[in-house]
Amino acid sequence: MKEQTGSVILRCDEVTVDFDGFKAVQGMNFSLTRGELRFLIGPNGAGKTTMLDVICGKVKPAEGKVLFGGGVDITRKKEHQIAELGIGRKFQTPSIFPSLTVFENFEIAMKQNRGVFAAMRAKLRREERERIAAQLALVGLEEKAAWRAGGLSHGEKQWLEIGMMLLQEPEILLLDEPVAGMTDGETEKTGELLQQIRKTQSIVVVEHDMEFVRSFASKVTVMHEGKLLKEGSMEDVQRDNRVTEVYLGKRRDADASRSTA
Amino acid sequence: MLQLFNGISVSSILLLIALGLAITFGLMKVINMAHGELIMIGAYTAYVVQNLFAAYLPDAAFGWYFALAIPASFAVAFAFGLVLEMGLIRFLYGRPLDSLLATWGVGLVLQQIARSLFGAPNVGVTSPEWLNGGITAFGGAVFPYKRLFIIGLVLVCLFVMYLYIYRSHSGRRMRAVMQNREMAACLGISTRSVDAVTFAIGSGIAGIAGCALTLIGPIGPSIGTYYIVDAFMVVVLGGVGKLVGTVFGALGIGLSNTLFEYWTTASLGKVLVFLCIVAFLQWKPMGLVAMRSRSLDN
Amino acid sequence: MLLRTMPPQRIWLLAGYAAAAAALFCAPLVLSDFRLNLLAKFLAYAIVALGLDLIWGYTGILSLGHGVFFGLGGYAMAMYLKLNAGGGRLPDFMDWSGLTALPWFWKPFGSLTFAVLAGILLPMLLALVLGYFTFRNRIRGVYFTILTQALVIITVTLFIGQQAYTGGTNGVTGYGKLFGYSLASPDTKRFLYWVTVVLLFGAFSLCRYLVKSRFGKVLRAIRDGENRVRFIGYNPAVYQKVAFSISAGLAGLAGMLFVLHVGIISPSMMGIVPSIEMVLWVAIGGRGTLGGAVLGAILLNSAKSAFSESYPDIWILFMGALFVVVVVFLPKGAAGLFSQLKRVGRRKAADEGANGVRHPAV
Repeated sequence: MKEQTGSVILRCDEVTVDFDGFKAVQGMNFSLTRGELRFLIGPNGAGKTTMLDVICGKVKPAEGKVLFGGGVDITRKKEHQIAELGIGRKFQTPSIFPSLTVFENFEIAMKQNRGVFAAMRAKLRREERERIAAQLALVGLEEKAAWRAGGLSHGEKQWLEIGMMLLQEPEILLLDEPVAGMTDGETEKTGELLQQIRKTQSIVVVEHDMEFVRSFASKVTVMHEGKLLKEGSMEDVQRDNRVTEVYLGKRRDADASRSTA
Repeated sequence: MLQLFNGISVSSILLLIALGLAITFGLMKVINMAHGELIMIGAYTAYVVQNLFAAYLPDAAFGWYFALAIPASFAVAFAFGLVLEMGLIRFLYGRPLDSLLATWGVGLVLQQIARSLFGAPNVGVTSPEWLNGGITAFGGAVFPYKRLFIIGLVLVCLFVMYLYIYRSHSGRRMRAVMQNREMAACLGISTRSVDAVTFAIGSGIAGIAGCALTLIGPIGPSIGTYYIVDAFMVVVLGGVGKLVGTVFGALGIGLSNTLFEYWTTASLGKVLVFLCIVAFLQWKPMGLVAMRSRSLDN
Repeated sequence: MLLRTMPPQRIWLLAGYAAAAAALFCAPLVLSDFRLNLLAKFLAYAIVALGLDLIWGYTGILSLGHGVFFGLGGYAMAMYLKLNAGGGRLPDFMDWSGLTALPWFWKPFGSLTFAVLAGILLPMLLALVLGYFTFRNRIRGVYFTILTQALVIITVTLFIGQQAYTGGTNGVTGYGKLFGYSLASPDTKRFLYWVTVVLLFGAFSLCRYLVKSRFGKVLRAIRDGENRVRFIGYNPAVYQKVAFSISAGLAGLAGMLFVLHVGIISPSMMGIVPSIEMVLWVAIGGRGTLGGAVLGAILLNSAKSAFSESYPDIWILFMGALFVVVVVFLPKGAAGLFSQLKRVGRRKAADEGANGVRHPAV
């Protein structure tokens, strides 16, 4: 686990995704190093979410490869295998288990043996209970541990899902617009949390909120029409003519998200 | 050769039955188990029309009762479908499993009502004179006119449905609702009336299928249950949302049913068909024609 | 000591189970032999309902094929009884069909151990195979339900068609003895009743354990969002397969008990209608609650035997209407209605504001 930071943990080579003739991603290259917090931006329809889908196995690419860790090819692996290898995903719309309680959501998400028979025998050990309690405190849901998750507010569901993913202890976290629908304070808290997480894990964030990206990004990847447009620091990216061009038509959007941030 | 012909004949009836199922499932995510009873209603309508002709019209006119029976079956089943949709199905949208159970209950009630109205034993419907006999093809195989008539009838229904779905104004609205219900509603389409009318049309077609079944053999209160599961398999095989899928699904199931039963026995044939369907689903789990979606759960 | 640490609802619940157990064990003292036999049959049905609830109520997969699993268990037991009733002779229906030797797959059923094992393991295996080919490909929801219904149809046609091996439409009947004791004698019946009660409690405890375990939580998570479960790292197909298989095994066990109580098994008892009736028991009692499933099976069958003896036609109408009413108005069944009433009562009585569920672990 404790390998030197800077080594590559995820590499996507020439990934192409074909939705019945529509190429959502075309020959995308992407690589992530350990302990990196990477932001993936681009106008709507650029293929950002599809890229996350490819990495976590939800979408199988028509061409190209995704290599994880020391070069394990995960392109053809099933979603649950990829999750077990250590890639966690948070979806754009909060997807939690509404009929389980908040506590139970955490309990099944927690890193553990996921086999059927292990699950039949599993007992909640003391340290596990403490970990869940700590996670509940971190995401501010201690009071609501016994609530059915379906009864939480939108923002609380977001936090619940983030908490679930942290308990999963993945090596890479894929987050799709984590701060959408959060208040300024919560956005700030999320940003700090991400900085905290990157000390031990790697993160890829798809985000539209430019203010948020600017405050927390070290390296940014810009996608446009399924292709890599530019990669570099936020300043590099902002100075790039092509990026401005792509965003020009979307200027109003960018303004809008800036003003809401 | 004759087996092939029989297979196509079976397929054509299955297609007629499955058409309504595929449309209602695709449109409102509702499984109508009472569909079989709508077939039964169509069949008994033909029976009643026949009896009325025999009782009140001169013998010479009797031969033409069937010409009236087809639209009558459609109309009666259409009306039943409309009532069913507005009285029950409407409350079960998007809950396929629940709708399956509730409509099964409805089917049970309808069967029982038919039993008390017409009696439990099967009744026969006398086919019109002009449908007796058949064409003798090369090799001495006989293609009965009745079966040819049914195939023709199904082709006509299919063509009309095609025109309705892909060429008419209300068909376009129906497809719009099927593809994106919320968006269609926002654009001012009354999804309620589209649902009701579509469901009723599907029911009406089942009525026609019932009418056609009277040509093949006697009819009884539970005639629908013989066909309903096969018809559902057509939907599973063909996929939801496109007419083509249903047509090929029906051909696949109808032909393989007939051929396997011919090669082995009736009971083994059914097992083989089932195994083939499961095997096919390994290759295409969503059926022949499937609509893709990006949402996480649907 | 232990009781003091438990929340009051749990004490009540345990008291309720104890009362139910006591009542069931003492039933032979009060009921006539005829009624006792009926109750025994209903308790066997309750075991099926438990299994169905596990797969439908908790995992969200509706099976209309449990009649087949029930039937397989029943046939396994009936084959054993038949072979031992004949005293080494060929079963009568084989004679009529012109068979001269016992078919190979009948032979091992001469042993009770084999028959009992087969009666549980065969349904489990069948469920496992069907589950393997469907869940793996994410065939679910209505598609799966329709496939299970097709399974019923082909099994019934197969059993009717292969008359020489299965007894055809008549099924397997005409046996009266178990270990030399007459199945019809009141003492045997009482004994078999108690066996059924014990097995029902065993099945109930098993299901309760499974449902409360993390396995059960994953099952409910699968019901809520199968795909989401995948991205946490569970393989839902395996969980679905195992749950479906356990459920089928329980149905097989119930089928064996049924044959002991009723003395006949035939294809009509595993057909479409009985299979869907089983679903109704769970729906009436309340899916997602084990007690509800058991109660539903007992209540509905009591009502059925009371009604259908005198008015079979009305019973069918009633059952059809019940399906509609339960699905539309009472999606959580009687148990749901009960807890709804309780909640209304509690809200009136107490100041407890939280509408969440209390979790025993926190």
